[in-house]
Amino acid sequence: MIQLSWASIRASKSYLIPGIILLLGLIVLAGLPSFGPKYSVIFLSTIFMYIVLTTGWVMFSGPTRQISLATAVFFGIGIYIAAILGKHMPLLVMVLIGGLASSVMALLVGSLTLRLKGVYFTIFTFGLLELIKNAINWYEVTFTGTRGRFVVVVDNNTIYLYMLAITVLTVLTAFLIRRSKYGLALQSIGEQEEAAAHIGINVTLMKVSIFAISAFFMGAAGAVMATRWTYIDPFMAFNMNYSFTPVLMAIFGGVGQLGGVVSGAIIFAYLEQILITKYPFYYMLVFGIVMVVSVLFLPNGLAGVVKNWRARTTGGRYVRT
Amino acid sequence: MFVLEGQGVTKYFGGLAAVSDVDFHVDQGEIVGLIGPNGAGKTTLFGLISAALVPNSGTIRFKGENITGLRPHQICKKGLARTFQSVKVFSDMPVINNVVLGVHFGTSERVKAAQAANEADRLLEFVGLSGRAMVPAKDLTLVNQKLLEVARALATKPEVLLLDEIMAGLNSTEITQAMELVSKIRAQGITIFMIEHVMKAIMSVCDRIMVLDHGKKIAEGTPQEIATSKMVVEVYLGE
Repeated sequence: MIQLSWASIRASKSYLIPGIILLLGLIVLAGLPSFGPKYSVIFLSTIFMYIVLTTGWVMFSGPTRQISLATAVFFGIGIYIAAILGKHMPLLVMVLIGGLASSVMALLVGSLTLRLKGVYFTIFTFGLLELIKNAINWYEVTFTGTRGRFVVVVDNNTIYLYMLAITVLTVLTAFLIRRSKYGLALQSIGEQEEAAAHIGINVTLMKVSIFAISAFFMGAAGAVMATRWTYIDPFMAFNMNYSFTPVLMAIFGGVGQLGGVVSGAIIFAYLEQILITKYPFYYMLVFGIVMVVSVLFLPNGLAGVVKNWRARTTGGRYVRT
Repeated sequence: MFVLEGQGVTKYFGGLAAVSDVDFHVDQGEIVGLIGPNGAGKTTLFGLISAALVPNSGTIRFKGENITGLRPHQICKKGLARTFQSVKVFSDMPVINNVVLGVHFGTSERVKAAQAANEADRLLEFVGLSGRAMVPAKDLTLVNQKLLEVARALATKPEVLLLDEIMAGLNSTEITQAMELVSKIRAQGITIFMIEHVMKAIMSVCDRIMVLDHGKKIAEGTPQEIATSKMVVEVYLGE
């Protein structure tokens, strides 16, 4: 027998309408390649990529408050898996392997380093990126004689649909974890790690698991996106921008709420695409200004602005966080 | 067989022996007090029992089983919970979620969300915090945060509860209430090992008292014996 408390009935009702809108939106997005303009497919694939990287980053770094700069490592591993295996196997298998390889990497790195606290962990993850980039570069130059690799070509519509699917899975996973007892446990680890351990939470296991889960989606996204670039080298695949941009997007959107994170990624990615094509020389400048302004004036990101506005319009009534 | 016992427990911080060759035991259903001047090693000993710290030598047994070297979450799942001298509540979370986490993760059983919320409600009422369930834990007074820690520890269904100075900073009415709470917890069949500086409380609530000084156990006995022990008076009053 299913027992529904009053709170959960209210909660399920409040999810009904946004749920239907989301579903309709997804159906339109899934059909886009058959009716939309050709460029929109390429454009949206990039936005999806950023949503996956940002949501993946927030999955781990949001609740645990340990800033990871390893996003580009996991993304890059996916890219290299595509370059190495792409010609030998179907796309779906390649994407799964790309994700799994990144997960394995996260498990290894996580079990070694998640004891590191605060800035030491952040610096380690950044160092890891440089280490792997240069190690692969050394290997390629020494043993294959060429720095880069060609990647199997996949048509844009397939890339788009794969990215859409990975995005939906990433956001759904993040949403479900956040609502579960494991999401609550991760948050408790971020707030008081010692107390969390003493009420029975296996802190290391929790942190390493969520690190590996988030890495899976980053790696899968890397494997798909690689097929669009046709040629990759270590400096493209392990570009540090893929570590930093998701952090900026998450801060801009508001780390505390999934809706904020996703909208932050969408707006920022949109801005980047427009600026790069229209003002290629000024886009980093505009980026920087937006960042400074949002850190100074929007401490909780866009989600915080929306929350404050809702609190005002409901006459300061208690707003569910 | 004692529910909790330690033999030759020793912990060094650098060259300093914070706890030195301490033997102790706690019987099923007892309330045992642990007293001593500041820096005597009381909290360190609790840290060693709950596995926050690893002893340099000695063994700690829980219900006859050697638990030295286990990790904190394993100790908790075995039935040994603690509170912290410097409160460590999950401050950005609503009060109730602090306790819900204890219900979910403190034992190996799977608990449904609704059931966990009910259990947490019951525990908040038990410690006297009902009505504060939805407040962020950081908005509670220090006294109430300490009570929340007790509720969170009880949520893990312990057989032995280590209470680290839950009465520090309380006024005399609150101390009386805290003493009642300690007795109520024992009445539920939970064994209590408590550090306390409030002598009135420790003398009236404990069955037995252990005294630490400079990391060594210097006395042990009934409250009566401790109160009349010349050695203890010397340590406390510095005569």
